[in-house]
Amino acid sequence: MGTVVLEQIKEDVKNKKECLSHSIVICAGTGCIANGAMEVHAALSSIIEEKNIPLTLTLKEELPETGKDPLLLSKSGCQGFCQVGPLVTIEPDNILYTKVKPEDARDIIEKTILQGEVIENLLYKDPSTGDSCRSQQEIPFYTRQKRTVLKGCGNIDPENIGDYIYNDGYKAAADIILNKDPQEVCDLMKESGLRGRGGGGFATGRKWELALKQDSDAKYIICNGDEGDPGAFMDRSVMEGNPHSVLEGMIIAAKACKATEGQIYVRMEYPLAVDRINKAIEEAREMGYLGKGIFGSDFDFDIFVMEGAGAFVCGEASAMTESIMGRRGMPRVKPPRTAEKGLWGKPTVVNNVETLACVPLIFNMGLEVYKNIGTSGSPGTKTFALTGHVANTGLIEVPFGTTLREIIFNIGGGVLNAKGEIDNDDFKAVQIGGPSGGCLIEEHLDIPLDFDSLKTVGAMVGSGGLVVMNKSTCMVQIARFFMKFTQSESCGKCVPCREGTRQILELIDDVAQGRGSQETLTLLEELCETVAESSLCGLGKSAPAPVLSTLQQFRSEWDAHVDEMTCPTGNCKDLVSYSIVAEACKGCTACVRVCPVDAISGNRKEAHVIDDAKCIRCGACVETCRFDAITV
Amino acid sequence: MPAPSPTAEKLYNFSKVCEILDKHDRLPSKIIPILQEVQEEYRYLPEEILTFVATSLGISPARVFGIATFYSHFSLEPKGKYIIKVCDGTACHVKGSSGLIETIERELNLSEKVHTTPDLLFTLETVSCLGACGLAPAVVINDKVYGQVSKKQMKELIAEYRAKED
Amino acid sequence: MKNQASVTINGKRVPLEGEKNLLALIRKSGVEMPTFCYHSELSVYGACRLCIVDIEGRGIDTSCSTPPRDGMVIKTHTPKLRKMRKTLIELLLANHETNCTSCDKTNACKLKDLAADLGVKEIPYKKTREHREPDLLSPSLLRYPDKCVLCGDCVRYCNEIQGVGAIDFAYRGEDVVVTPAFNKSLAHVDCINCGQCAAVCPTGAIVVKSETDKVWEALADESKTVVAQIAPAVRASLGEMFDMPASAVTLGKIMSALKYLGFSEVYDTSFGADLTVLEETNEYLERKRAGNRTTMFTSCCPAWVKYAEQFHPELLPQVSSCMSPQGMVGSLSKKLVAQTENKSEEDVIMVSIMPCTAKKFEAHREELSSDGVPLIDHVLTTQELGKMIREGGILFKDIAPAAADLPFGLYSEAGLGFGASSGVSEAVARYAARSLNNRDLLSFEPETNPEYPEWKEVIINDDNVKLKMAISSGLKNTEKLIQKINSGEVSYDIVEVMACPGGCIDGAGQPVSYESGKAEVRRKALKDAGKITPVHCPEENPYIQRIYEKMLGGKEGSPEAHELVHTSYQSRKRIADHTMELASSTQEAPVEINVCVGTSCFLRGSQEILSGMTSKIEQEDWKDRIDLKATFCSENCAHGPTVTVGEKKMTQTSLESVVKEVESQLGIKEPAGVKG
Repeated sequence: MGTVVLEQIKEDVKNKKECLSHSIVICAGTGCIANGAMEVHAALSSIIEEKNIPLTLTLKEELPETGKDPLLLSKSGCQGFCQVGPLVTIEPDNILYTKVKPEDARDIIEKTILQGEVIENLLYKDPSTGDSCRSQQEIPFYTRQKRTVLKGCGNIDPENIGDYIYNDGYKAAADIILNKDPQEVCDLMKESGLRGRGGGGFATGRKWELALKQDSDAKYIICNGDEGDPGAFMDRSVMEGNPHSVLEGMIIAAKACKATEGQIYVRMEYPLAVDRINKAIEEAREMGYLGKGIFGSDFDFDIFVMEGAGAFVCGEASAMTESIMGRRGMPRVKPPRTAEKGLWGKPTVVNNVETLACVPLIFNMGLEVYKNIGTSGSPGTKTFALTGHVANTGLIEVPFGTTLREIIFNIGGGVLNAKGEIDNDDFKAVQIGGPSGGCLIEEHLDIPLDFDSLKTVGAMVGSGGLVVMNKSTCMVQIARFFMKFTQSESCGKCVPCREGTRQILELIDDVAQGRGSQETLTLLEELCETVAESSLCGLGKSAPAPVLSTLQQFRSEWDAHVDEMTCPTGNCKDLVSYSIVAEACKGCTACVRVCPVDAISGNRKEAHVIDDAKCIRCGACVETCRFDAITV
Repeated sequence: MPAPSPTAEKLYNFSKVCEILDKHDRLPSKIIPILQEVQEEYRYLPEEILTFVATSLGISPARVFGIATFYSHFSLEPKGKYIIKVCDGTACHVKGSSGLIETIERELNLSEKVHTTPDLLFTLETVSCLGACGLAPAVVINDKVYGQVSKKQMKELIAEYRAKED
Repeated sequence: MKNQASVTINGKRVPLEGEKNLLALIRKSGVEMPTFCYHSELSVYGACRLCIVDIEGRGIDTSCSTPPRDGMVIKTHTPKLRKMRKTLIELLLANHETNCTSCDKTNACKLKDLAADLGVKEIPYKKTREHREPDLLSPSLLRYPDKCVLCGDCVRYCNEIQGVGAIDFAYRGEDVVVTPAFNKSLAHVDCINCGQCAAVCPTGAIVVKSETDKVWEALADESKTVVAQIAPAVRASLGEMFDMPASAVTLGKIMSALKYLGFSEVYDTSFGADLTVLEETNEYLERKRAGNRTTMFTSCCPAWVKYAEQFHPELLPQVSSCMSPQGMVGSLSKKLVAQTENKSEEDVIMVSIMPCTAKKFEAHREELSSDGVPLIDHVLTTQELGKMIREGGILFKDIAPAAADLPFGLYSEAGLGFGASSGVSEAVARYAARSLNNRDLLSFEPETNPEYPEWKEVIINDDNVKLKMAISSGLKNTEKLIQKINSGEVSYDIVEVMACPGGCIDGAGQPVSYESGKAEVRRKALKDAGKITPVHCPEENPYIQRIYEKMLGGKEGSPEAHELVHTSYQSRKRIADHTMELASSTQEAPVEINVCVGTSCFLRGSQEILSGMTSKIEQEDWKDRIDLKATFCSENCAHGPTVTVGEKKMTQTSLESVVKEVESQLGIKEPAGVKG
């Protein structure tokens, strides 16, 4: 029965879509909302109302009967290019407007919708060529990507299951629930070669099979949405933008390992994701895709949402199960593995959001097609959060095997120097994989990014954070930043992680504050190794990675901190002093006014001086000086 | 609507705790969502409420205390009316979030130890990542997200929220 | 046997014999492995990381958490592993309060020993944590958080064995501490003072509160007569502190050492145990005669008594009213010594030497005092006595034995048996048989019922004696037993409860020992000591008979006995001093309503009353006339829900009865039959 109903819904949505005059899709990801997307939405609706244009806000309900084709004004999930948001797409004309303000609403309705006119100054301009791009397909940021998992985030109404079904949603799940047996599903998944996107890259099919083989009255699927890596937000985008794809992935996983219940563990910092997922679950229940006898079969499966309460370590599978059971989220020793004894002591599969969202895609496009994307060891695509000193920041998706050069210089549009100009020679390093990952440099730019190749150079795909750094970045400070993060997120259970990460931080501070020596660096390396090898869980084991990796790639920079007591990039405040170049100073007193500690003195139109003893090296003066007269 | 009397508020709060407990069938495993909802209600976790929750769920108070202090979302002290969350994720950090934190601490006379102003108006929190890296540095005040915030803008924001109270 | 599964440890094949983890196997093979957080009776925690081994093909992992598999090849002490262990110890020491010379645990500190063994010299790391205040308020236990290595042994013991959960981990990361709820003192929470947390602590983070200074002071005070009593289990373990063979029963030496130290009279708590046998058996038989069919629980263990007071106040009427043997000896001897020496009881100082930390708490109980004078002034643990003997310069090994003083120095084998689990039950059963059948039982063999592995049971069906007894130690086990009794699934006439698994012989006041198997040796030593006791039965103890005649009205259960050697109990708040103010009026003299929401009242429906009252207050607009409060325990659990309205304490209330009372006090409606 399931598939027939699906076809009907699809047909229904299709018919409705054909009746529309236009649809205006406003990106309502967190980034665009912060940039004012909701205000734009409100402005558009009021103009539409003023113009008496028949309007519908969702395709869920019946279209208004006015004799005229209505206009659809809908909100989508994050489209990835947050930097130029709010984004407004107009279909069927395939126009993408960027940085839209509420004031632009009138023009959009009057010119584009009513007259079919393109508003030139709302189009994206390629900073390298200066050309305007009319649609997503013309923007290099998008054209060089392969958006599969993220595709739905831009063009599906996340709050309308019908729209998801219209895009072939739940087709794979219905087929699998009705026609396949669990082992078959595991086999297919193994054959697809899908590997977990959460960090380790464990084969998803094998994980499912392991759980399937466990004999138990209850089994659980947990969707790990506790994305906590600083600088990664792909899971949030998927949960917000295409929540049904996650549910469908879970349903398929449930069939594969005969699970009875699913849990989605979402970070509390993602209220919109929680909201969208909850709505999606409600819709799926109403449709009979969750609950008792799903898709008309005799298979029962339901999903519940648990909001995290603010602990990064809960991203670790055993800590997450502890947390769901109402305990302190402290990882426990393995064995038994979570797949054997997890939630409530029952076999439990923990899959990451992106992994689960890949699952229906694989079945929809077919195994063979999927396997041809990416590399043989790492098939498919991977989303990355591209941030830092790069022209285009945002969420991107590329096939495995894409090089960093392609990502940074083409999709990312190049490296930004300290002044904010594109300057590819200013590339210093890219940090990949968040606090568990490592730094890659110039020589690594051409290695194909996949699970295995990254391991050979001491980095990991991790959750997919990509932070580009220019030459003004101090690697000691970067190591410190990540260390500080893991240290403050350590659960405090095992000695090496609890005590070790704290002491690593102290040693880095010694280096950064001029108290270090080569002995400090030796001790630091030794301590990092002990923490890496003796910690209880993955968080502790990978905690020293950013330190070890920068020590390896940027040894001379570390050496300079301890041998010459200088910070080559001038970032370590205790190793630098600020001074004013008398010849360049015009005596405008701007710096005097911004200095929070009154460390700058001097008469108007005369060269100023900085009192080094008072100076707290906050850098406010440098930012203010229009004559580049302050040197570090 | 007139402001509720303190009495009515307390009564309301207590029946609210019972409601929250009932909603979760008084299951000890639901302690985290229960505490989340209690905190939503009170803006923090008062000691006597935690003891009551522990008694009702049959968990030792020490265990409840352990859970309440493990997760950073929970606070055992009253938080300010406006919670300023500064994102210190990688992207925001690279783009200067630590300067924002310093600015706020200076403006509100807060420190690494003191997170809430004595008038209970502001609480400063740093979060590891808001997932709004495209807007770095990002700041959230209660539920409103502000992107690409400069130090100057931060000062203005604080003044703006202060002005709301006058 | 060629095919037996084995693991190669440091090049040596070690056969697998059902070991649960590599650690057990390694230790079996004769290799010592350091651990802080591993205890075979507790769950595996895996946090100290000291038991790391190098597993061929797998790398470094902890042996406590790795199940052994046939063919595994492991190394335990490679240079790298030793270096890593040293680093771990250095990390712990960086923030450890290293005042080792003045630490109570200085002679048994695993951290100190390991640091020495691993050659830790200078700590290359900084102190990063702020000082944390010690908790010195409990009468039994002191906590020094700066010495804690966060192995969690205490937390798991308190939870998994005792089911109390008085302490737990709090905070996260480097801020983690082990603490009672809300950083309160142990004195103000559910702690039952069993002290097992201190016994399992590898460092000096939780130690027994020492009273030696006060005892020295009393001994030096010439106006005081200082007497001592020693508990059965002490004699079987004190020798350990003086490098004497573990089984050496040192009673004679102890008595003589006590005399050297300046005690005027030295008694044996086993005398009190003899008396307990008679009184408790009598109490049981009297209950039965009175048609009381409920289970009677023993009362010798003060940790259990506090547990019952906190968690099962409804059972208090079923707990034997007999004082513990310590209390009985204290009560009787103080009186007698004061009489003979013509002194006031205040000037007779009773010091008991116990294997137990809860006895320190018991000595502070109001019920164990007479006219404000405590029956027991100070309680020393076995450890503390050992230290005093050393401090007093006594060469314990060489000292000549002496006998205990009479009348409270003579005891029977049965009384001595109180030192270990099942001793009380056996003594009571046998005495009951002798009194009712005129002959002793042929055997007394506690057995484990496979259905209820948590406790042991003895079923006696011998002529006039029909007794079903349960013997339980460890309070988590006991809690299960109570649940089953309450649900009617099982029934027993008498239940013996000891908080410490194995009984007093494994009490937390005994010398520190991290070796397993020590308990067995002590148990056997105690049993052997019983065999050479000239008196076998309590009733044959001539001094027991004499004391009955002289002080206890000549027979068991007499009013004099009730006055001197029986006691009473109180239900206790689990957490002190909490009321939740729900509604407060502006009026000067409002009617105050306190509704108990403690566990017991809660279960009986106090919450319905509260929410009912809440809406009633709204409805009737009584806001200005009523203070409504929720209290955490009105200590009247058996008759809940308890509500006080103004001055009136109401029990077994319902919403109607409370509303009626409130209305009457507000002067709205006169209750029937009462004319104001």
